[in-house]
Amino acid sequence: MVGVSCANLAKRYGDVVAVDGLSFRVNRGECFGLLGPNGAGKTTTIEILEGLLEPDAGDVEIFGLTWKGHERELRQRIGVQLQETQLADKLTVEETLRLFRSFYHRGRTIDELLRIVELESKRRSWVAKLSGGGQKQRLAVACALAGDPDLLFMDEPTTGLDPQSRRQLWALLSHFRQQGGTILLTTHYMDEAETLCDRVAIVDHGRVIAEGMPRELIASLGAPRVVTHQGTLEDVFVALTGRHLREE
Amino acid sequence: MAAPVKESIDRGGASHPLIELSLARLREFAREPEAVFWAFIFPMLMSVTMALAFPGGGGKPALVGIEPGPRAAAVRETLAHAPGVAVRDIRPGDQARALREGEVHLLVVPTEPPAYRFDPSRDESRVARLMVDDALKRAAGRGDPWSAREEPLQVAGSRYVDWLIPGIVGLTIMGTSMWGIGFAIVQARMRKLLKRLVASPMRKSEYLLAQVAWRMVLLPPEAGVPLVFGVFVLGMPVRGSLLSLSVVCLAGALAFGSLGLLLASRARTFEAISGLMNLSMVPMWILSGVFFSSSNFPQAMQPAIQALPLTALNNALRSIVLEGAPLGSVVRELAVLGAWGVGGFALALRLFRWR
Repeated sequence: MVGVSCANLAKRYGDVVAVDGLSFRVNRGECFGLLGPNGAGKTTTIEILEGLLEPDAGDVEIFGLTWKGHERELRQRIGVQLQETQLADKLTVEETLRLFRSFYHRGRTIDELLRIVELESKRRSWVAKLSGGGQKQRLAVACALAGDPDLLFMDEPTTGLDPQSRRQLWALLSHFRQQGGTILLTTHYMDEAETLCDRVAIVDHGRVIAEGMPRELIASLGAPRVVTHQGTLEDVFVALTGRHLREE
Repeated sequence: MAAPVKESIDRGGASHPLIELSLARLREFAREPEAVFWAFIFPMLMSVTMALAFPGGGGKPALVGIEPGPRAAAVRETLAHAPGVAVRDIRPGDQARALREGEVHLLVVPTEPPAYRFDPSRDESRVARLMVDDALKRAAGRGDPWSAREEPLQVAGSRYVDWLIPGIVGLTIMGTSMWGIGFAIVQARMRKLLKRLVASPMRKSEYLLAQVAWRMVLLPPEAGVPLVFGVFVLGMPVRGSLLSLSVVCLAGALAFGSLGLLLASRARTFEAISGLMNLSMVPMWILSGVFFSSSNFPQAMQPAIQALPLTALNNALRSIVLEGAPLGSVVRELAVLGAWGVGGFALALRLFRWR
């Protein structure tokens, strides 16, 4: 069963080509990662898949449905976390969740959501008073989970988080996946992709330059070149592009 | 006949999105002390200023200056006894300044016969000229063919301040609706909250509707403060029904709410929204009969002026407050407000930028 499929996506902003003929499929129940450096076109791609951006060319299907004509149904079935959203500062955690929950025709209760993201003790705190990115990001995930979605879109979910918050979020996403959910996430962290993703597509300059299971991709490099070195997705990227992921 | 199958909706304890969206804005507003302060203090300040400017009682006297000259003393003596005229001496080099700054409305040059210096485009100056001319000619021995019986009227409801207060109510409804809605939307857009909301199944029309709807809670105090002040401090009569008044205020708030949505539909920064707000509101401050009647403007401009939402709101408020008009006689004004409300909303929904 196909969760997400896109074919020959293209999107340009003026002279800048953000996405350049990108295609891949995400099976249902799978965690799929778009891996690549900043500026590779990951966010543009995921926003096209989320139905927030219109591609210049190419086709998108979510659960076999196109955005055109099925937006209302699809919105009820997906959960979205965007990279730069700041939720309203002066609403409490509970009020924010109540607002998002009201948009969905089915889903979890507020109490369940608070428990899943471990924010029960912050129920009556203003969003502005949440400490650090970790709690805010967990609230953003709770908002995405409000409608008990079949598919979760996460755009760089752990960027800027401390190691403990990252692991907490990974646990959350693994749990969602174990319950049969499908995840499409973007990241530029190798370890994140290796930990969470069943399959990844490595994206550079708006194209998929490699696709497969993290282990396969690493194995395709042949024997690790350095004995003490285990071999990572970063090596795959370097081998394919001659550049490191954090370089521009 | 089978009943239509209605899918039951489980909102997990949350209310209808329209209610949750409205509540969210109301909570944000209530938790912003500065916003609350200005929403209620602004109309209060306007009202106090009005009370200071119009303490009631008779009209102001005509201010008349007398230049030095051989007959200056005689002219001063005559005018000092004339009712409604206040006299003062003006030094020769000081005349232009005194006239310009309104220290005097008219200058008398005490020659034989006297000369009057004044600006004929100023109403006070023309009145002063008539009063001075009358007093001096009488003193010179002019006889009157007859004296008219005078019936002075000082009826509450016919004073300038009574005319002004409904205009202030209209102005308050316009200002608070538009600023309150415009800024909140631009802020949500800057924080990418709008983008997150459209990624959810929220209906766009419900979001926009909620932005206007929550403001209705604030309407009674906002419109009420200047009205209550007018009635209890300045003695303004309210001749129409409170229900008609409420309906008109509501129609006004909805019209300006939609206009606020429309102006905020594409603005990305506070500077942009401030500019658009001022651009649309300042002309109405002047044209729509807040401080002086819009009938002062040329006939050719009247169709446009009458189509402005603030003109419609002010006219309807004045008809109800001052003339006790029923709703049936302000249908035209309600239609203008309704058109702005519905048209503005529909256009805002089309143009609105969610990113």
